[in-house]
Amino acid sequence: MDFSYNDEQQMLRDSVSKFVHQDYDFDSRRKIVDSETGYSKEHWALFAELGWLMVPFSEDDGGLGGSAVDLMLVMEEFGKGMVVEPFLNTAVIGGGLIADAGSDVQKQDLLPSVMEGQLQLAFAFTEAQSRYNLADVDTRAELQGEHYVINGKKAVVLNGESADKLIVSVRTAGAQRDRDGISLLLLDADTAGISRQAYATIDGQRAAEVSFDNVKVSAEQLLGAAGQALPSIEKIIDRATLAVCAEAVGSMEVVYKKTVEYTQTRKQFGVSLASFQALQHRMVDMFIEYEQARSILMMAAMQLDAGEGLAPKAISAAKSRVGKAARKVGQEAVQLHGGIGVTDELDIGHYFKRLTSVQYLYGSTDFHTQRFASL
Amino acid sequence: MNIDFSAEELAFQDEVRQFLSTKLPADISEGTLKGLHLGKEAHVRWQQILHAQGWAGVNWPVEHGGTGWTPTQKYIWSTECANAGAPDVVPFGLKMVAPVIYSYGNEEQKKRFLPDILASNVWWCQGYSEPNAGSDLASLRTTAVRDGDDYLVNGTKTWTTLGQYADWIFCLVRTGDSNTKNQEAITFLLIDMNDPAITVSPIYMLDGLREVNEIHFDNVRVPAANRIGEEGKGWTYAKVLLTHERTGIARVAASKQKLAALKVLAQSTSNGGEALLDNPAFAQKLAEVEIELLALEYTDLRALSAVSTGKAPGPESSILKITGTEVGQAIDEMYVEVAGYYSMPFVKEQFMVGFEGDPVGPEEAANSAPHYFNNRKASIYGGSNEIQKNIISKAVLGL
Repeated sequence: MDFSYNDEQQMLRDSVSKFVHQDYDFDSRRKIVDSETGYSKEHWALFAELGWLMVPFSEDDGGLGGSAVDLMLVMEEFGKGMVVEPFLNTAVIGGGLIADAGSDVQKQDLLPSVMEGQLQLAFAFTEAQSRYNLADVDTRAELQGEHYVINGKKAVVLNGESADKLIVSVRTAGAQRDRDGISLLLLDADTAGISRQAYATIDGQRAAEVSFDNVKVSAEQLLGAAGQALPSIEKIIDRATLAVCAEAVGSMEVVYKKTVEYTQTRKQFGVSLASFQALQHRMVDMFIEYEQARSILMMAAMQLDAGEGLAPKAISAAKSRVGKAARKVGQEAVQLHGGIGVTDELDIGHYFKRLTSVQYLYGSTDFHTQRFASL
Repeated sequence: MNIDFSAEELAFQDEVRQFLSTKLPADISEGTLKGLHLGKEAHVRWQQILHAQGWAGVNWPVEHGGTGWTPTQKYIWSTECANAGAPDVVPFGLKMVAPVIYSYGNEEQKKRFLPDILASNVWWCQGYSEPNAGSDLASLRTTAVRDGDDYLVNGTKTWTTLGQYADWIFCLVRTGDSNTKNQEAITFLLIDMNDPAITVSPIYMLDGLREVNEIHFDNVRVPAANRIGEEGKGWTYAKVLLTHERTGIARVAASKQKLAALKVLAQSTSNGGEALLDNPAFAQKLAEVEIELLALEYTDLRALSAVSTGKAPGPESSILKITGTEVGQAIDEMYVEVAGYYSMPFVKEQFMVGFEGDPVGPEEAANSAPHYFNNRKASIYGGSNEIQKNIISKAVLGL
């Protein structure tokens, strides 16, 4: 048993941490969030240059090994600065699906440009009615000769605005919630018949509603076997779930520390807020939540790397517990900051917002608690 | 012990329903029920309709144009308003400064200010909190120094809700010398906002909207005739006012309406093919909130019943603030839960009344997260819930 990072991991962590500290203070982030693209292309180029975009990929695919622990430590550091660059959507999810389901040709064709920062991806999988059920796919693709024709609508497609290519889950056979009959198609985001309604999200990211109106795509653009995509989708969404758990743990660390610091400096009734025992205990509770979240995150990352089939259950355990912690720590941080905590001006409220959306992303706390029980 | 309304009260309920169904403008009720933001115009329009009916001054004494309603009638009124989607009146004039003026102002002040407040001709805002005086309000530092017939006011007020619209502000300011004890140095002043020595700067909230402001006073000259009551008694006046405010603070009617609407929404929200309302975890959480709200309703009614038998609301009414805001916030959070992925889009235009664009996601989802974020303020403002617990622990439990 050894819970320490190896030298490479320590170096990776230091490099991401240094970036967040030096280049990603709250004001710089705000400028990026408010910019036209919603992320910094300079930062993205830097991520590629420093090899971070290679982290999610195996050495066979030209990556750094693709370990869950590596992914965890990158995302944790990103969470400390609420980094909005689409690392998760492009590299972890989009690139992950290509690596997992794609043919050798597709991998050779696309993965190098993902890792070099030349290609932005988005995974269009949620639908208005689907909530967290990955098998609930009503967007249909019909095979007509050598082509699929796609019709339907995808909801809240993260990074959908900036994506050069979309990976879309479609139903090629079966009924709306059948596990079989789901396929993945890869297509240029500007293919005729695709319309994107872009918007900002509550946590400083970007997303789009994506409609497919008789969109024609070559059958060669299938990722993996027709009708058999669900296991790949589940595997990659599990990985993304671990990533947001790690991000939340990073955010929580900052948030509980900032709350302790604030209550030590803020004076009311002639003393610091931190001198009230009623408030001290609440900060202790925030700290315990953070530590429990970190523990279960590490458990899940190690299970994912062990790859012994326990991973989905471990991921759901992590998402459930981290979600519970994210809720508590976020709400308490705002409450203990008082009025300034509910303003747009201070970073605390922005951490709270991201800690809120993380609770629902890739399945709510309740969803993962129930999934844990069912597995 | 019984909970039934008398025949007169039932007749009153009919009258209220009749009024709301004919006089409440559709755009206002629709916006309110959907949790959208109403602008200044809509608020003023509705309050002027209330005034025309003689129902603007719900808590006011009859001699100043109030309704003279019993506590039970007020309860019926707030329930029916919540169900019909009538927005709360903007409280600063009608519910906050007016009681101070009619209780402690002189005759001239009553004549000068009350009619315009009742008719919603003048928009008021509140100048209590300061950047360094939040929960510890009595430590405020805005000064008013006597200069002939005037005071010269200097300092900064903050969290001034909707101050950008305000014509007048009522302020707690510091008078007396440095030896005066905190609570005896506070004076209640009415200040005309139309003064170049006053600047209003916006504070944006977590929902991205300008709801509150910081207000700077730079040698603002205020006639001493605008002082309410005696110098140094402002703290007493403000405290009495806070007790007045306890009625309705639990927001039971509004929470009941929102919870009922939430159930309808969860019934029509698909969760893997079945209604979200049928999901055991969701149903359990919803039931827990509903049960807490039921208990709160009866705690509120007990307070109401005490008031109607002539007792003043005591410090235990802090329960109403604490539990009322906690239940409200729990309901807000469940709206986010129901919205699921559609809690994420942040399309500001979509949660303002009058949006005519192509909507993203279901209407009810648009403001779910922004409202949840924004309403974390409820357990902070009006004496934070921690301060309320201090009140109970000192004044009720004697600790």
